Amino acid sequence: MSEKIIEFDNVTFIYDADDEDASVQEYPALTDVSLAINKGEFVAVLGHNGSGKSTLAKLCNAILEPTKGTVSVKGIVPDTEEKADEIRRIVGMVFQNPDNQIVATIVEDDVAFGPENLGIEPSEIRKRVDDALKCVNMYDFRHREPHKLSGGQKQRVAIAGVIAMQTECIVLDEPTAMLDPMGRDEVMQTVKRLNKEMGITVVLVTHFMDEAVQADRVIVMDGGRPVMDGTPKEVFTQVKKLRACGLDVPQSTELCHNLGLGEGVLDVDGCVDELVRVLGGAV
Amino acid sequence: MIRDITIGQYYPGKSVLHRLDPRMKLILTFLLIVTIFLCKSFFSLGLIALTAVIAAAISSVPAKMMLKSLKPIVIILVFTAVLNIIYTEGGTVYFEKWGIAITEKGVNTAIFTMIRIVTLVIISSLLTYTTTPTMLTDAIERVLSPLKIFKIKVHTLAMMMTLALRFIPTLIEEIDRIMNAQKARGADLESGGIIQRAKALVPIFIPLMVSSFRRAYELAFAMTCRCYTGGEGRTRMKQMKLAFRDFSALVLCLAITAGVVVLNHFFEAVI
Repeated sequence: MSEKIIEFDNVTFIYDADDEDASVQEYPALTDVSLAINKGEFVAVLGHNGSGKSTLAKLCNAILEPTKGTVSVKGIVPDTEEKADEIRRIVGMVFQNPDNQIVATIVEDDVAFGPENLGIEPSEIRKRVDDALKCVNMYDFRHREPHKLSGGQKQRVAIAGVIAMQTECIVLDEPTAMLDPMGRDEVMQTVKRLNKEMGITVVLVTHFMDEAVQADRVIVMDGGRPVMDGTPKEVFTQVKKLRACGLDVPQSTELCHNLGLGEGVLDVDGCVDELVRVLGGAV
Repeated sequence: MIRDITIGQYYPGKSVLHRLDPRMKLILTFLLIVTIFLCKSFFSLGLIALTAVIAAAISSVPAKMMLKSLKPIVIILVFTAVLNIIYTEGGTVYFEKWGIAITEKGVNTAIFTMIRIVTLVIISSLLTYTTTPTMLTDAIERVLSPLKIFKIKVHTLAMMMTLALRFIPTLIEEIDRIMNAQKARGADLESGGIIQRAKALVPIFIPLMVSSFRRAYELAFAMTCRCYTGGEGRTRMKQMKLAFRDFSALVLCLAITAGVVVLNHFFEAVI
């Protein structure tokens, strides 16, 4: 578990750092961030708008370059275009808007896009595409046109596109922000399966508490800095501190907190157990 | 409203024409179009017109759809026919009045040109009826790939076409959304004269432009993330293989071209 895959070393990032316009205030999206993502982890990055969480995600595969400090992936520092490309073979990325990341007019062609870019043998691509589509439960839709799919389905196609590249790590930048609850659930199930069954390292940027709870580790961002880092239980018990970052806690946790019951309740099941435990004595 | 849009005029089917390799189809369509222009006599034109009709029958595309593709050219047909009748002179004079003479040669030329245009449209629309836009783009990329030696970026062009096809439905949805948003703000898109209506479209196109640029930006990000670095070193999942039927089709079409040339030689030229 302890092998590091992505390492941030004193990273500062300023948007438009070289913008001539003086009216644009230079305000860092990330300030002096040092953290490491370990291999095989499922990390959720939480934060309210403008906390720097999306910037963190985009730095992971050399889409953005840090203003100061370094981001390295398996020891590779993206100082040349070739090395950046190498990093992108290790870390895949899924964006918020599914419409803007699907390239082809047919589902299976889109999933094949990544492997095609890597120059893989056609028969191998075919196999990878089929496997990836089965993995996200979209195999039956392989001949469909992406614009006729629902948001959740499109997002799963986008995830399949990354799986087919066989990256070791997937960074998802608010993949569920534009989806309805059902689509959100589909995507979360898929992401969890990737991590648990295929051993892919997952970095999930989100602002939904209920999604973050499902991760192994939660990093809370505020004002361009990671302010909390630990297991969901460790993080979500600190209700006051989360509030100070402009975040809510999962509803179940909040309910138990307000009732003055046990801390560390994370989901509905835990909440039910806790209530039964407390009420059980009374009945 | 427009969610179910399909681009192009592809008609799904399983005919031989559908199964032909798109590259071969593209080349053969080109060959047949050239052949149409080689025709000089009614017999050679008849041969190619017959080929077009038989091909249309084989394609299993309903006659109604074929006629639909001819509809837009009716005006052109009438126009060329009238001009040909009036301005071509020679042979027996059928009718002469007010300085206008309708002659045998004029009528022949008019009929000849009309058949030629109709055949042309049938053959070229058969290509788009039996090939999906995606396959067509792919075929264009591969057929034109020899142009690389002239430093023409064929792959880039094909990628642009694919992306354009991919984003047409997305942008249509977007227009729909923006129109509704502007209507909700009291925009009046339907009344007034042409100028007024054109002006009313400005608040639709500006947001559309802005969002398109944003989309393009994000798409570029997403493509970079998926290791896209241009056409160099790319492989393709779907390989195109020329089958026996492709070569048979090629032989058949070459035979038709040869037939046209021979018939030109033996029969009196109309044009």
